[in-house]
Amino acid sequence: MTKRLMRGNHVLGEAAVLAGCRYYFGYPITPQNEVPEYLSGRLLDVGGTFVQAESELASVNMVIGASMAGARVMTSSSSPGVSLKQEGISYLAGLELPAVIGNMMRGGPGLGNIAPSQSDYFQATRGGGHGDYRCIVLAPASCQELCDMTFRAFDLADKYRNPVMILGDGMIGQMMEPVEFPAAVDLATLPVKDWALTGAKGRPSRTILSLLLDPKVLENHNYKLVRKYDAVTRSETDWETHLTEDARLVVVAFGTSARIAKGAIKRVREMGLKVGLLRPKTLWPFPSQPLEELTRVVRHLLVFEMNTGQMVEDVRMAVKGQADVNFYGRPGGVVPTPEDLAHQISHYYYGAHLDEDGGSKDRLVGGLS
Amino acid sequence: MTTKTVFAGFGGQGVLMMGFLLALTAMRQGKNVTYLPSYGAEVRGGTANCTVVVSDEEIASPVASSPDCAVVMNNPSLLKFVNVVRPGGTILLNSTLVHAPVNRPDVTVVSLPVSDLAHELGEDRSANVVMMGALAEAMNIVSITDIKEALAETGLGKKPKVLELNRRALEVGAEKARQALNKEKKA
Amino acid sequence: MKQVFTVPKSLKPNVFHYCPGCGHSIIHRLVAQAIDDLGIQERCIGVPPAGCAVLAYNYFDVDMGEAPHGRALAVATGLKRVMPDKVIFTYQGDGDIAAIGTAETIHAANRGEKVSAVFVNNGVYGMTGGQMAPTTLAGMASTTTPSGRKPERDGAPLDLTQMLAVAKGSVYLERVAVNSPKNIMRAAKAIKKAFQVQLDGLGFALVEVLSMCPTNWKMSPVAAAEWIDKTMSQVFPLGVIKDETGYEAREGKAS
Repeated sequence: MTKRLMRGNHVLGEAAVLAGCRYYFGYPITPQNEVPEYLSGRLLDVGGTFVQAESELASVNMVIGASMAGARVMTSSSSPGVSLKQEGISYLAGLELPAVIGNMMRGGPGLGNIAPSQSDYFQATRGGGHGDYRCIVLAPASCQELCDMTFRAFDLADKYRNPVMILGDGMIGQMMEPVEFPAAVDLATLPVKDWALTGAKGRPSRTILSLLLDPKVLENHNYKLVRKYDAVTRSETDWETHLTEDARLVVVAFGTSARIAKGAIKRVREMGLKVGLLRPKTLWPFPSQPLEELTRVVRHLLVFEMNTGQMVEDVRMAVKGQADVNFYGRPGGVVPTPEDLAHQISHYYYGAHLDEDGGSKDRLVGGLS
Repeated sequence: MTTKTVFAGFGGQGVLMMGFLLALTAMRQGKNVTYLPSYGAEVRGGTANCTVVVSDEEIASPVASSPDCAVVMNNPSLLKFVNVVRPGGTILLNSTLVHAPVNRPDVTVVSLPVSDLAHELGEDRSANVVMMGALAEAMNIVSITDIKEALAETGLGKKPKVLELNRRALEVGAEKARQALNKEKKA
Repeated sequence: MKQVFTVPKSLKPNVFHYCPGCGHSIIHRLVAQAIDDLGIQERCIGVPPAGCAVLAYNYFDVDMGEAPHGRALAVATGLKRVMPDKVIFTYQGDGDIAAIGTAETIHAANRGEKVSAVFVNNGVYGMTGGQMAPTTLAGMASTTTPSGRKPERDGAPLDLTQMLAVAKGSVYLERVAVNSPKNIMRAAKAIKKAFQVQLDGLGFALVEVLSMCPTNWKMSPVAAAEWIDKTMSQVFPLGVIKDETGYEAREGKAS
């Protein structure tokens, strides 16, 4: 298959269509405007429907309706708009409806700016809306991965009847890279949704609701959700390691920062520093276990994010005090360069004397026992 | 090898198209590429820029803090990028519109009146393509032949007549750049 | 023996939880009857609101999908766009449709979404305990306007249906009441017509129903019914607000 040079936002739109999405409801906001722009035309080509709603609120509720009808459906936005969608995302989780939400993060809080940022990690991974729920969060680091994760997002949403967020940023959305698209999903081959509201013909009428007034009933519903989230955590947690085999220091970063980190690691490796990378590809479920396992041999982690420190909390929880966890971040839409980060890495590396022979003590061969 | 090029000029000068054309051509040659436009409220007449990274390896950051090459189509863009080009790098200037001196003895400067050259070709809008010819000559990223082939995939080559004109524009740009570079070497 | 009364088959055999004298039970019945009469039970999907009628899915024997407060017409838009051949209705209170959901309502009407909305206006927030609604009359006491609604402080009662008339996509808008047998007959006709408009694919249809809330109005059911005639319908006059269906003209030609 040939490669196409495409902008991330267009990739998200095209991949959604190929993954079987025929309905998109959204509201313009920079830096993701090319998603609705692309789909406004592309969906017509495949007999789908595009609606530019009056607000993010309305669009996410249109998504609820389309999902109730059993369709593969998507909305997308950027940080301030995703805040507005949180109500609907909570309902999607409570109603157990599949949906895909694209979020090309920008600088915040408030109106912030339109530059790439990772400041909505908390919002995405903690649920964001009210109630005890989780949203599956995928973090692409390239346009190709954005494509692949979009396919995966629709599958995961259907499989678990849960909202899935694709958490990119202004850079992922605006950047063009070569992409190879997989073959289109044949909608006829997808499992039948025997819960969808399609009219009570030849069957009893159905309801999809999240109002469960009896605390016992809601408690059971919450526990059911927890069992689902446990299953997602067991089966779907995804991450990548890069040059960790001999590393004395491992950088933990996701999305755009992870690719910057790779560039920085290349530089410091040329200087002889033994540094690797662990990149969570799912932010929820978070790869806590691989991180914990990593601390059996690596005692120094540097978390790098384009915010003031959000994922670092998950890393600290995961390693349970078994590693020294440091943080470097740049908020406000500043995109640090690999050189910036390389400087931070070497500062930390030498500061912790990881370059000395004694530094090998910091890499405990054979684990702690 | 990794080469980072920044393209800058007025909105409407085809600055983003230049970047796209470079990225597309390099992709067709099997290279890793990223293209990152400045985005926001650019309008015709405002400033626009984009960064293209071409590499044999995986590309870390699509942002170029110290590009190897800056393609500068107007005065404000020169002010913005003159000092970020890495030492030993190259600056390509549209000398029809850029008159300010370049105080960078550590970079190669290729000055070409691409707007005038485009006018002589009978199509003012082809200044960016003339410049692409110069870029191909000055930088070892993609060849003229490769760009000519890639043109057909863009809006610059949809119609046979336009494609022919743009191929000629590429040749003019390359030829003028060759002369300018030879002069610089001699000097 | 001639059967003079029956329960519509689009209603489940559940006892309504509504207060004595509340209009919701009557309106539920009218909606179910319209669904029966048009033979659309098997392809009908309802969207209940947040509010007193939040439990409407316990009563309507059709597929029901619950919307967040105020968003019923956005949810209905999603349902209808995926299933243009199905019949989608929303059932919403005054707070739902005319306060928190004003934007969703106006834009669904403006897009001419082919859905039918039943707007129950009782001038008060019933479910939450009697607070001011957008449609609370001037001077009318509520738990958040204990000395009566003051327009200069609280705004005047909002005539949402009138507002919707200027939206190009709205085709049929009528205000009815369920406080007397005569008015109920009219309401039944209007609700059925709102579904017919959807079946004919004409555009957005909405029926506003003035409905009694004896509990929060602190009146007897009889007094509440009379109050609609004497007071409420003075501010919200009954009748057709917009009708671009062309049905009457066609009937006229036919006769």
